[in-house]
Amino acid sequence: MPAYCNYQIYSEIRFRPLLFREWDVMRGETMMRKDIIEIRWHGRGGQGAITAAKIVANAAFASGYSGVVMAPTFGTERRGAPVLTSLKISKQKIYDLSPITQPDMVIVLDHLLVKEADVTNGLKPGGLVIINTPKPPGEYRFKVKGIKIATADVTKIASEVGLPQGIINTGIIGIFAKATGLIDIELLITEIENEFKGKKPKRNGKAARVTFARTLVGGN
Amino acid sequence: MHIIESGNVAAAYGVNLARAQVIAAYPITPQTPLTEKLSELVDAGEMNAQYIPVESEHSALSVCIAASSAGSRAFTATSANGLLYMNEQLHWAAGARLPIVMCVVNRGIGAPWTVWNDHQDAISQRDTGWMQLYACDHQQIIDTVIQAYYLAETVSIPVMVCYDGYILSHTYMPFEIPDAKTVDMFLPPFTPAYALEPSNPANLNTVTLPDIRPDVRGNMAPAYMEIRHNLHMDMREAIDVVADIDKKFKKTFKRGGNPYIEPYRCDDADFVAICLGSLSYQLRDVIDLLRDEGLPVGVMGLRLFRPFPDQAIAGALSGRKCVIVFEKALSYGNQGALYADIKSALYPCKSRPIVHNYILGLGGREIKTAQLIEALRKSCKKPKEIGDTPVWIGLKL
Repeated sequence: MPAYCNYQIYSEIRFRPLLFREWDVMRGETMMRKDIIEIRWHGRGGQGAITAAKIVANAAFASGYSGVVMAPTFGTERRGAPVLTSLKISKQKIYDLSPITQPDMVIVLDHLLVKEADVTNGLKPGGLVIINTPKPPGEYRFKVKGIKIATADVTKIASEVGLPQGIINTGIIGIFAKATGLIDIELLITEIENEFKGKKPKRNGKAARVTFARTLVGGN
Repeated sequence: MHIIESGNVAAAYGVNLARAQVIAAYPITPQTPLTEKLSELVDAGEMNAQYIPVESEHSALSVCIAASSAGSRAFTATSANGLLYMNEQLHWAAGARLPIVMCVVNRGIGAPWTVWNDHQDAISQRDTGWMQLYACDHQQIIDTVIQAYYLAETVSIPVMVCYDGYILSHTYMPFEIPDAKTVDMFLPPFTPAYALEPSNPANLNTVTLPDIRPDVRGNMAPAYMEIRHNLHMDMREAIDVVADIDKKFKKTFKRGGNPYIEPYRCDDADFVAICLGSLSYQLRDVIDLLRDEGLPVGVMGLRLFRPFPDQAIAGALSGRKCVIVFEKALSYGNQGALYADIKSALYPCKSRPIVHNYILGLGGREIKTAQLIEALRKSCKKPKEIGDTPVWIGLKL
């Protein structure tokens, strides 16, 4: 079979030692625009990370961040598999739509993902990790030092306020509001209720409000 | 009103505001959410149009050709191999002078199979006689779709509105939805010179002889070559029409002003990067960083690819030290198609800049800011060391 086709069976041809030429030498160089806050969301397909990011995007825009870009991982998505969503916010227009590599904060919708995925990959020093988990922040240890950790048991709170099992993408926004102080919780709740018009808007809003009150913040 | 939505939804709202009457499309990633949104709008009664599901892209454009021939405002959308499957009908729609508008959500072409972004799909169709406009963000997508109908119907030539798959189609950002009444004032209903109808039957585009001859009424009728010449001449005239429409749009909606080229920090730039689509916006951040290093560099985003605004390009680039063409497509066995076009436009200039060609981002390969900085630094600092051969960025051989 010819070597110019993409047959996976050609492992001996395709996977000879790779010579990463000139451009990859640049990998370590950081060139972030300092006005952009970069938030990476880790969830599972079907958990609603994109909807949650969209709600925060709308609230950010309404509170004066005129530059808002939300990008799901490009490609195919499977229910239950780990997925990523990027959210960048700034007071100025954002031109670079490429995926986030050095987030200011990461939001983890499912605490089991902490073991499955490298959630703190590229996290900036002094960055923030938000986790939906029954555990307090002190029980988490990450390789990256000098970071803040914020947690709440969003899954439990969701069932307390009468949401169906596993609906956690609104409660998680409560941790975000409490731990970052970037956007007013009332504005976020308004956006949640707008997004879930006809789909239990009040309970979804309440999930965020209760989570906001029960968020624990610690360090690492 | 501002909303935060995906690029595909921006395009769908543009089609709705333009009051397209017939939509026919076949799903293909990353275009699918655009026509799904349109089918929702039609189903909900928010859009007064016929949505015709078809079994292929060839049929989708055939339906649009029929609808447009009968005097309806027609729309379709596709990507990559779907666009290629339309190829025969693309030539037909242009030759038949039907003002169809199509969104091409740019994606790489198989084989090997890819669903990710590059520009090979639209660029490979550049000689079909369709006009090609490129958008850099969601505001430009929605605005360009509306302008595209105006343009297509003014010169009776179909238009592709091209935007980057995933990078724009699936990314959410804020954009303003123009007011429907203002759009209605800007874009009057489609009134074709002739529309097919049973009471006034006609043969359209039947076998046309090599030479001119009297028609059934005894008037001399143009032959194939004259008809094709007219298509070309009208397309050349469309360059001015694009500028007129942009002026009118800016007066009405307070947006636009750069119908051919959108420049960024180019006034005093000795070195100018140029490309199509959202990459020109990504390059703006790179330009800012290089300006901080003291390099006199700027970037231009090309909005109109066909007809090619060669005089505007010559005017904007003549006298620069170096022009750097970034391309997500390639004319295999030669060079980037845009690179060749730009060199051709610069040939008559007295002061011809050095021109470089970088090929990048094929099949969705991530374009890193660091790579763009390094490429531009090299082009600015050692312009004579890079030859006429395309340089590939991010290649891992």
